[in-house]
Amino acid sequence: MENYSLLRFIPLIPLLGTAVNIFFGARLGRKNAGLLACAAVGLSFLISLYLFWLLPASGLFRDAVFTWIDSPPFKAELAFQVDALSAVMLLVVTGIGFLIHLYSLGYMGRDEGMVRYFAYLNLFIFFMLLLVMADNLLLLFVGWEGVGLCSYLLIGFWHQDHVNTIAGNKAFIVNRIGDFGFLLGILLLVWELGGQGVWTLDFPGLKESAPLLRPEKVTLITLLLFLGATGKSAQIPLYVWLPDAMQGPTPVSALIHAATMVTAGVYMTARLHFLFSLAPATLGVIAAVGALTALFAATIALTQNDIKRVLAYSTVSQLGYMFLAVGVGAFGAAIFHLFTHAFFKACLFLGAGSVIHALQGEQDMRKMGGLSSYLPTTYRTYLIAALAISGAPLTAGFFSKDQILWQAYAGPHGSVWLWLAAWITAGLTACYMFRQLFLVFHGKCRAAPEVKAHIHESPAVMTAPLVVLAAGSIFAGWLGSPDFLWGSAWNHWLEPLFGAAETGHHDEQSKEILFLLLTLAVAGGGFYLAYLSYFRGARLPERLSSWGGGGLYRCLFHKYYVDELYDLVAVRPFTFFSGWLAGVFDLEVIDAVVNGVADRVRGSSFFWRELQTGNVQHYLLAFLAGAVVVFGYFLGR
Amino acid sequence: MVPLDYYLILSAALFVIGVAGVVIRRNIIVILMSVELMLNAVNLTFIAFSRSLGTMDGQVIVFFVMTVAAAEAVIGLAIVIAAFRHRQTLDPQEMQLLKW
Repeated sequence: MENYSLLRFIPLIPLLGTAVNIFFGARLGRKNAGLLACAAVGLSFLISLYLFWLLPASGLFRDAVFTWIDSPPFKAELAFQVDALSAVMLLVVTGIGFLIHLYSLGYMGRDEGMVRYFAYLNLFIFFMLLLVMADNLLLLFVGWEGVGLCSYLLIGFWHQDHVNTIAGNKAFIVNRIGDFGFLLGILLLVWELGGQGVWTLDFPGLKESAPLLRPEKVTLITLLLFLGATGKSAQIPLYVWLPDAMQGPTPVSALIHAATMVTAGVYMTARLHFLFSLAPATLGVIAAVGALTALFAATIALTQNDIKRVLAYSTVSQLGYMFLAVGVGAFGAAIFHLFTHAFFKACLFLGAGSVIHALQGEQDMRKMGGLSSYLPTTYRTYLIAALAISGAPLTAGFFSKDQILWQAYAGPHGSVWLWLAAWITAGLTACYMFRQLFLVFHGKCRAAPEVKAHIHESPAVMTAPLVVLAAGSIFAGWLGSPDFLWGSAWNHWLEPLFGAAETGHHDEQSKEILFLLLTLAVAGGGFYLAYLSYFRGARLPERLSSWGGGGLYRCLFHKYYVDELYDLVAVRPFTFFSGWLAGVFDLEVIDAVVNGVADRVRGSSFFWRELQTGNVQHYLLAFLAGAVVVFGYFLGR
Repeated sequence: MVPLDYYLILSAALFVIGVAGVVIRRNIIVILMSVELMLNAVNLTFIAFSRSLGTMDGQVIVFFVMTVAAAEAVIGLAIVIAAFRHRQTLDPQEMQLLKW
């Protein structure tokens, strides 16, 4: 372990950028404020790159800034650490963060609140870096809450529109439920370890003392921590906020709600893999939730018409994949998919942003179409990213998804059912992605004529990040190929952290190839279905949507009525109860008690104040009587 | 020689008369006089004990009391005059504004 005080500058620089933009942003002007924010993240990226270069495979850089909580025997430091896992996250957060900052210069260029936007964005990067570089669970929690705050602020960025504010509130409140579980998990962990005489929350210490915990307590702790992860990473049952979070500016959706923040839950479980590995029951729950979420969200994505909502459900689905990998004990595969997903999903979102920008804010895919000739760069990058997410051969998604599917079957906790759910999802993914691609970029343009007249390709500051991300969508996956191709540098890199047993089973190679072909086949099937329905114009969608009286289609289109269900089960009773508390309980119990006490005191005072006549002689008489009584008492004793 | 008890009985009688005057009378000046009467009743007790016990302590205190009583009379009468100028009365029952 070496001490590198360079580490603290990685999160510090974006924080400084935020501070400057908050206090001097108005004086700097919009353009300069944006450039400053980009430069801050770019600088963090360069430092991260340098550290990544220095970092040996099993190395750990640490930077203790100061002792944060010193309450013997408990002690927590404000300290940063970078190991193989953190380094990967660092590169994703700062690298993709930088590209999206750059893109935002073009996308938000004419927005009134640009200075505020970039201040929030830098603040988000700061908290995200705090999260991935934290040396202990408490500091991680600070980052965790901070990114939640920034997410809330940016979803409701255009707060003049009430819908956006509501969406921000929803994200914040749903996350709060998860965070409550997370906090309980941390407290239980401290309590249990403290009972064994270990008072620490830093990761090396936790790793060392994890075997001291009793099995049933580990299960409870990890389940609570996973509840936090379902909130932040949008898994069943707390995924409902993510589709609504699309109300924010599109670059925000790309950065926070696709590439980085929503993967924090995956990062957290990978970071605490030594705890989760001790709780097979929790892993089973995680795998089931992940597989179910992946399938569930993919089916919803098939029917949505809003270009960003399709991507949002796709993100939920891909996050489900990651948790599936975590649940079967393949932490390396989960982080690998996180890494590749960050590229192609950011690329898709930014591409969608470019489309929305060109169509002056139109998000409904039914009013798009035929845009490939108007937006050639956007189209090409979108196509590459769509291929990557569908798992086309030799793209990033091909390698990472294949690894997860293989692990879902052959991993330490895998099963055929998990594989089947993931396999169907792979087909659905290809289908909804190409449905979207064909609806947006092919066919006839269905935009209104006055919108159509103004369609233009986005400026270079927006297309350049798209090109870089599209390149990443292909090449990022080459780091982790299966063993029968050129082998996985990725697994080699993370092996010291997660252990060889957890990153892969290297037997049964022919079976692995068979599974790979099956996955390709189902993805091809999904693509063909979309091609038939939306490119060749077969009347398949109409027939499918009216199948069985249209009940299935309506159910999917309304997102399985989950929002309505939550509204009925949780929101309405809660608002009703709150209304009763405010309207009845507060007025008739709380206020009644307070006013009642005051009234009684006041009422009795009408009697007692008569004693005070103001006549000196009365007082003297009372005084005398008192003296006589006291004197008599002492005499008679 | 007159026994101590006689002095004490006289003193107690004077004191009770003073108290009664303070509580009952309707003229502030008379009330002030009654206060003086109470003070002097106490003085008498002091002197009687001083003589009986053969010490000087009681006599010393009597001088103190007389000084204080003189000052009290001055200030009391000054207040009475000021109050009379305001309210044209000497009846304490007419002066009961100092209450709720």
